Amino acid sequence: MSRTGITPKIITYLFLSLSLLVSVYPFYWMVIGSTLDGSTIFHLPPHLLPGGHFIQNLQGLEAAGPVWTTLWNSLFIAIVYTVATLYLSAIAGYSFAKYEFKGKQILFLVVLVTMMLPQQVTLIPLFKMMSVFGWQNQPQSVILPSLANAFGVFFMRQNMMNVPTDMIEAARIDGCGELSIFHRIILPTTYPALSALAILSFIQQWGNFMWPLVILQNQSSTTLPVFLSMLVQPGQVIHYGQVLTGTVVGIIPILVVFLVFQKYFVSGIYGGAVKG
Amino acid sequence: MSQSVLTNISSSVKKGITPRSLVSKNMAPYVFLTPFVIVFVVFMVYPILDSLYLSFTSAQGSTSDWIGLANFKNVLTDGLFWKSLGNTAIILVVQVPIMLFLGTLLAASLNSKFVKARVVFRLAVFLPVLIDLVTYSIVFSIIFNTQYGILNYLLGLIHIAPVQWLQNAVWAKIAIIVAITWRWTGYNAIILLAGLQAVPETLYEAANVDGASRVKQFFFITIPMLKPILLFCGILSTIGTLQLFTEPFLLTNGGPNNATETPVMYIYQFAFQSFHFGYASAAAYVLTILIAILSYVQIRVTKGGEL
Repeated sequence: MSRTGITPKIITYLFLSLSLLVSVYPFYWMVIGSTLDGSTIFHLPPHLLPGGHFIQNLQGLEAAGPVWTTLWNSLFIAIVYTVATLYLSAIAGYSFAKYEFKGKQILFLVVLVTMMLPQQVTLIPLFKMMSVFGWQNQPQSVILPSLANAFGVFFMRQNMMNVPTDMIEAARIDGCGELSIFHRIILPTTYPALSALAILSFIQQWGNFMWPLVILQNQSSTTLPVFLSMLVQPGQVIHYGQVLTGTVVGIIPILVVFLVFQKYFVSGIYGGAVKG
Repeated sequence: MSQSVLTNISSSVKKGITPRSLVSKNMAPYVFLTPFVIVFVVFMVYPILDSLYLSFTSAQGSTSDWIGLANFKNVLTDGLFWKSLGNTAIILVVQVPIMLFLGTLLAASLNSKFVKARVVFRLAVFLPVLIDLVTYSIVFSIIFNTQYGILNYLLGLIHIAPVQWLQNAVWAKIAIIVAITWRWTGYNAIILLAGLQAVPETLYEAANVDGASRVKQFFFITIPMLKPILLFCGILSTIGTLQLFTEPFLLTNGGPNNATETPVMYIYQFAFQSFHFGYASAAAYVLTILIAILSYVQIRVTKGGEL
């Protein structure tokens, strides 16, 4: 450490500061923009301090469409999906990690292979299926297909392998049933992995765009990102103040989830994927 | 290790809350896997197979006839499909190396022991990772605005004429490259950072003793040690870039003159704007095969990152 010269330090700090500026500026500007009126948003040099138009922008946004309904739809879909995928992934991952059973290898291989396939391959059949079920514009049309989450199972399996088998055996000897072992021992001990998967799942579902765009075509049943994308379609007057206000509203739930679980963020993005 | 856990278990058993006979050990994995397998078969396996079947039919709306390989022939002879692949290839070849290099540099900087306030820098770098694709595409469409965008304003300060970011075939691709790099560099930096923390500190100490400069250490220790993870990031980025949709859809709508059309936009248009299900399925399978080949080649060429 003592050999680290002054120049490399300065260069490292310069690089980090520039990265910080570039990473934060669009986000900062988005927040500032939500408080400006249409004419001042495009003022150059750009405003660096908030204006007083946030409430007006919000009212304009409310007039442009059912923004709160789409926010609620986004929240409902992301929360239900996250809770359900955590449970399904945990219990399936636990089975793959800690039990021997017939067909295990083949089933796990099939799960792994689908992880590599681009999502587009399933979209058309899913679209046909949802039409048959009459589930267009219904939240389950987004939630259920996402639950076929191969990554989640793989991720939880990797983490469940670290749970000592002795602990499970000891519980069995004490007369603990298989379901209770899972709920009382495995779930609590894998809390960090579950938190990481919760962040990843929530962010991913919140940002899910193409499929909701296709299947949730009603303004009142769609998600907030799809609603915002409709406000910036080419060939119409775009009220940027209102749109930016919408993006700020949409960022808040993500930030809350991130702040609650952020301790496990790094291990979460990295963990399941590379760990051998 | 877990005396407390064991006590907890025993006490709950004594209270009789755990009916042991509910699921036997042999039956347990099947019972536990059933919900996932049902969802997985209905919403993943069946659609993959149905899509394969559709790709051999003329399915359009509800009518459908078996037409063999005709869809594949038409996809592979459509200039627009090749153009969309070419656009993606250019973006891929330029963007992924830049991003991985910047990501490695960021990870190494964030990992430097002497840097103060590392938490602040880390949080800042993670911020783009949290922002959803629609939001950042909207924000970048304003940043790239020819008249009012900050990029052209900054260029103006150093006397460079305004750039037609989204209206010119070359600049539109560059705009998308800039946007994706902003969104994903931090993501890769996080993965690489986690990998870096596994690199033994003694390697750097030895290099310091030998008087190796920090630049040399970066190229001869950091990058080689990260090779397997760089490969992993490279494959993830390749798969991601080949599936590019939201950014061109919102920033340029594939224009100008299809210069930023991507294969997934192509599939989307045939599938959900003109409802040519058979044709779009064939295009989706061509894309899938391409992704599989590219991932395989990357693993072979880099010898699995010498894992």
